[in-house]
Amino acid sequence: MSDDHVYLTLAEGHEDDTRWAYGTGFEDPLHGVDTAVPEGVDAAELAADCVALADDALVSAQRLAEWVTRAPELEEEVALANIGLDLLGQARLLYSRAGQVDGTGRDEDAYAYFRDAADFRNVRLAELPGGDFAFAIARLLVLSTWRLAHFQRLAAHPDPVLAAVAAKGVKELAYHRQYAAEWAVRLGDGTDESHRRMRAALEQVAPYLGELHSAHDARDEVADVLRRVTEAAGLPLPVYRPLPGSGRAGEHTEHLVPLLTELQGVARAHPGATW
Amino acid sequence: MVTALPDARRARHIAEQVPDPELPMLTLADLGVLRDVEVTGDGTVVARLTPTYSGCPAMAEMRAGVAARLREAGYAHVEIRTVLDPPWSSDWITESGRRKLAEHGIAPPGAAPRGPVPLVLSPTRPAVPCPRCGSRETEETSRFAATSCKALWRCRSCREPFEYVKEI
Repeated sequence: MSDDHVYLTLAEGHEDDTRWAYGTGFEDPLHGVDTAVPEGVDAAELAADCVALADDALVSAQRLAEWVTRAPELEEEVALANIGLDLLGQARLLYSRAGQVDGTGRDEDAYAYFRDAADFRNVRLAELPGGDFAFAIARLLVLSTWRLAHFQRLAAHPDPVLAAVAAKGVKELAYHRQYAAEWAVRLGDGTDESHRRMRAALEQVAPYLGELHSAHDARDEVADVLRRVTEAAGLPLPVYRPLPGSGRAGEHTEHLVPLLTELQGVARAHPGATW
Repeated sequence: MVTALPDARRARHIAEQVPDPELPMLTLADLGVLRDVEVTGDGTVVARLTPTYSGCPAMAEMRAGVAARLREAGYAHVEIRTVLDPPWSSDWITESGRRKLAEHGIAPPGAAPRGPVPLVLSPTRPAVPCPRCGSRETEETSRFAATSCKALWRCRSCREPFEYVKEI
């Protein structure tokens, strides 16, 4: 097979040529991975942790994908879409793990497409509507920093599957955080207008910081990165009052339902469809 | 039960030659995603693959490609398993893979960092040498390119844009 014929290579028949990259019913991303739950691990707790982290990733990926065709430059669309794709991959693995351990045997589609908003456990920060590019950067900075710090600890989790997903995710999230931090500095240290927008974006994001709980508080690292970034960008640290309520308890803003309606519409209208 | 039949070497050789769907100048062996191929006692070929990135959409293609090649080669029972641990590293791209990348105008990765890439806020970052002219007068245009595993750079000497496989 020649290098010149990459598209022919892709188009060559194989046993699964009814589907290429879209649709539902993909092969389990954990296919062939040992699915046993180690002794001493609480299966219900493990499943709930996987679902919350998968929901953060799926909802974030959907918001990031909305930037395609709308970002200031093509390069940023490509970057935001790639970051979304990494998160989508993490979500698929985590949903699959949840379905293996929560006793329901659900697949990734059941979690992504066939649960209602009240069953989602993502933090509300992930579901807030688009806003401007500065807001997208501020949100990505906070969420990627928190997730990176949290995943670094989860890499030592007694469940080997969650540990492996986290160890892999750490490498990806470090690039997401670097991307967001560079843009935050560039905007904060840029024109009066970009400075004003970046400052406003951090102020919009800050009230949601309280939701990012974890057993081993990864929020300290978020605070540290925010301090470093605002210092480098010549921005003030945002002053805020934490919002009550939590997406982790299923309490969401009015923005999650429209997001899920779009995300789940085709899968619900045509259950089992592949395309 | 697993036995080391001479057949395992042939099966491994076949699986190794499958091209990567996104970087077709590389085989899956060059890319370092083919972890292991064995033939079990009942004649089933078990190939283990590691995804490069969690969301890599090429993973399904890779699995299908390996299975199809092995079936064409006469192995009736083929099983492709996913290996998540340890996670793939760009360090696993072979020497021949790195050479092929450079020959195709894609800068190969340097050594992967031992932890996650640290947050760097200063503007100085080591330059990636241009795969066409070798100049170090290069700059990053985007951290992310057509696939997650690559970044976009351009050379200020020969003026050519190029892709660069990121360290991970």
